[in-house]
Amino acid sequence: MSDTKNFMFLNRRAPYGTIYAWESLEVVLIAAAFEQNVSLMFADDGVYELTKGQDTAGIGMKNFSPTYRTLGDYEVRHMYVDKASLEARGLTADDLVQVEWEDWETEESVDNIVEVVDSEKVAELLAESDVVFSF
Amino acid sequence: MRFSIQVNEGPYQHQASDSAYQFTKAALEKGHECFRVFFYHDGVLNGTRLTTPPQDDRNIVNNWVELAEKYDLDLVVCVAAAQRRGIVDDGEAERNGKDATNIAPRFRISGLGQLVEAAIQSERLVVFGD
Amino acid sequence: MSDLHTVNKSPFEKNSLESCLRLSKAGSAILLYEDGVYAALKGTAVENMIASAVSDKKVYVLGPDYKARGLADDRIIDGVEVVDYAGFVDLVEANDKVQAWV
Repeated sequence: MSDTKNFMFLNRRAPYGTIYAWESLEVVLIAAAFEQNVSLMFADDGVYELTKGQDTAGIGMKNFSPTYRTLGDYEVRHMYVDKASLEARGLTADDLVQVEWEDWETEESVDNIVEVVDSEKVAELLAESDVVFSF
Repeated sequence: MRFSIQVNEGPYQHQASDSAYQFTKAALEKGHECFRVFFYHDGVLNGTRLTTPPQDDRNIVNNWVELAEKYDLDLVVCVAAAQRRGIVDDGEAERNGKDATNIAPRFRISGLGQLVEAAIQSERLVVFGD
Repeated sequence: MSDLHTVNKSPFEKNSLESCLRLSKAGSAILLYEDGVYAALKGTAVENMIASAVSDKKVYVLGPDYKARGLADDRIIDGVEVVDYAGFVDLVEANDKVQAWV
């Protein structure tokens, strides 16, 4: 059973208030080594994980948000954000970090793999994946 | 079917471990194959041998140990999450200078790659969390 | 091709049920278990959510969790089917994969 699978990491929690966001990212980083197709979906409070300008100095916790910007180096080609979740939280794509991606072999590059999608598209993307990880 | 389980919460605090146990037991009784049970986040706390729950209630850790004995299950506790929460086996104690271990029998500590492998090798991954 | 979506939190505690129903395709199977079973009860503020889900999805409630919480069988929303753990296992097998809405 060594076919490549489409992995979808479903992130629905805000960062820092609980550890789920960070520990889910740790799985994504490891998954890179297994050469699967890895995508991330941010919905509900998960959209907060991608906000720009996180500064944790005052709460004494490690700021792990820079890790999101490196995901292009970890075989992640898609980071989807649920539009309705963003809007309900008064946010737009401009509030979110941009993540670059480049294919070292073909030199194809994308300025930003963070993509805002509507409910129907989210449902479709989740349904099309082979495995959904929830944290 | 060949399935794997992910348990994201510790014993008693949430029903996740109980639900995962009941599901796994039912599936095994039906003749399905469990590739791995992977404990992540606070789920690693299911792997301590030091619990003393009240006698008149279920013993969650023992439930997992006995199920593992009966069906030769692979119960894996994530090393990174375990280090954060203090679940320790001999190897970890030595590597990290701890003066005690507390891992339950039949559980083993290993890397997140075990979860990824389980997802690749199984036909179904069932996640229990909060 | 359909997925099994599991919802284990009360609809009054978290929005997991709401998000699950919004982000699952028609034809999906939805299993309410643990505290998620409260959504299966008639007369709640979210009854319409389940009643309309039943029209294009298959909704199940885990009997043992429902019973544990003292809820009567005759108060389950029409169209919601009761299953036990063996039934939960069958649902996992019968659907393509599981999406957990925790």
